[in-house]
Amino acid sequence: MSAGIQASPLAVAPSAAEARYEPRVRTRGRIAGGWRGIFFGATALAIVLLGMLLWSILQPGWSWLSWHLITAMPSRIPANAGMNSAIWGSIWIVSISAVVAFVIGLGCAIYLEEYAPRNRWTGFIQTNISNLAGVPSIVYGLLGLVVFVDWLHMGRSVLAGALTMGLLILPVVVISSREAIRAVPLSLRQASYGLGATQWQTIRAHVLPSAFPGILTGVILSMSRAIGETAPLIVVGGASQVLFRPASLFDPFMVMPLQIYNWTSRPQKEFEHLAAAAIIVLMIVLLLFNAVAILLRQHFSKKTRW
Amino acid sequence: MASTIVARSGSGEGPEQVPLDLSGKRNRDISEHLVKWFLLGCSLLTVATTIGIIGILIYESLSFFRHVPIRAFLTGTTWTALSRGDQQQFGVIPLVTGTVMTAAVSALISIPLGLSAAIYLSEYAGSRARSILKPVLELLAGVPTIVYGFFALTFITPALLKPWLKVGAFNGLSAGIAIGIMTLPMVASLSEDALRAVPRSLREAAYGLGATKFETSVRVVVPAAISGIIASFILAVSRAVGETMIVAVAAGGSPAGQTAVSSGPFDLTQSMQTMTGFIAYTFSSDVPRGSSQFYSLFGVGLLLFIMTFAMNVVSQWVARRYREVYE
Repeated sequence: MSAGIQASPLAVAPSAAEARYEPRVRTRGRIAGGWRGIFFGATALAIVLLGMLLWSILQPGWSWLSWHLITAMPSRIPANAGMNSAIWGSIWIVSISAVVAFVIGLGCAIYLEEYAPRNRWTGFIQTNISNLAGVPSIVYGLLGLVVFVDWLHMGRSVLAGALTMGLLILPVVVISSREAIRAVPLSLRQASYGLGATQWQTIRAHVLPSAFPGILTGVILSMSRAIGETAPLIVVGGASQVLFRPASLFDPFMVMPLQIYNWTSRPQKEFEHLAAAAIIVLMIVLLLFNAVAILLRQHFSKKTRW
Repeated sequence: MASTIVARSGSGEGPEQVPLDLSGKRNRDISEHLVKWFLLGCSLLTVATTIGIIGILIYESLSFFRHVPIRAFLTGTTWTALSRGDQQQFGVIPLVTGTVMTAAVSALISIPLGLSAAIYLSEYAGSRARSILKPVLELLAGVPTIVYGFFALTFITPALLKPWLKVGAFNGLSAGIAIGIMTLPMVASLSEDALRAVPRSLREAAYGLGATKFETSVRVVVPAAISGIIASFILAVSRAVGETMIVAVAAGGSPAGQTAVSSGPFDLTQSMQTMTGFIAYTFSSDVPRGSSQFYSLFGVGLLLFIMTFAMNVVSQWVARRYREVYE
């Protein structure tokens, strides 16, 4: 091996080559090290930003966090104000919109994955869904205002808000359900057909149960999107205070982020602290949702093996 | 349909006949078709949503453009939709300026930071660093936008900007910064996906030629993933343009360049209304139905939809058109 190297012409003047390249190698090494630091710093800045964000909420909000905040209705007097109507409104809106988006979104996903022929029309539906995911949420609000509130005479009601929200989270459910269905191996379907099952029997008894954890995770994540979404509900429901829990689908509603918006836009400092406390409640709910999604995924991924 | 199929049991004690009832087959065929049509209906509903959005925006804006000529709307430089009666002027330029300015500020934050984070996570980070940094980015991505609005109003403006700049309580700068923080995780995760899709052999070839890690990352891996990276930038800007709650809370209610102290349309330190901010602001102060002010919302909404739609389409096109395909 050494004989080969010595025979090569490069080895004739190693010192000259080294003299030319050595300083540049060192500079290049230093540049590389510097950039490594910059890249790391930029990424670590995300931690700093998250820290600042949490501090800006916890610091003013912590002392206002109380049982009273959760059980009381909104009030003009900060000390008496609570977010009970907003919590109930969020529960109504999020659960109804999740059911709507689950039924339609799963149906759409099954059709696209299992039935749809691979042609232009199907491609169009797919492109359309990814475009819908990029439409600004406030535009959905304008749609809901005209179609549900005005044309279908629902008024500024829970139902109108929930249907608007359902359309908004629909693309998320479709996209995640499609991925879950696609992950089910073809052999499972073939085994089912081989036993004489029809297409729908195969889907219902084998494909959907196998894809279920993935679908459920997608639905929960879309619900956590719906909990935090504010803009379309300002358009559909208005931002005025609601002092009672919704009792039917046609009652006016208030949701947690709208309550936060309402309190944030008031001039008094106390309402700002109240808003911070409400944000803490909202973030805890969101964390719970995400924790459930993660646990479900882990629980099922242990069981399923193909 | 009352056909009977005879099954033989092979036990050897003579043919034992079991009639196999297939009369359920007809019902089964019908329900197969019903299910298929229902599922097709669900898919068509997504198309109907798009048609509904476009149709309603155009239909309602037509009522608006009957009062205000499209030319005056698109080129006018005064927006006073919330004034009374004949004081109203519907020139959308100030709102578009506000939108473009806040989106530009957000891009200045999300693009360099997001791309650096993507390069770090994909090229440098070990599994331990990833296990801390990825969840942090996911948390930032999951924070509701109203919370970012609160953050901009109560922290970015008073604690980060006030010491250095003469800023108003409501200003476009803080909203832009908050939007940048909000879109940062999106740039980071989409760009990281693109970087990770670059095959290992390319990196190894670069190392083999004596390139440093930095040179490999920036001159080989990033160019190879450039379509996905650019697509993520465009998506982030599109998201920034469509963002509502941050600007509604932190940027204030007066259109760009139209506050008492503002020094011009590009003054980021003062109150600045965006297209989305105008829509949210108008609805939180009960607008009378059927007024030009009400219809102007749909004109603005249509313009907003066209802008974001165009960016999303360009982003998809870039991702597909300039993708390097590896085996």
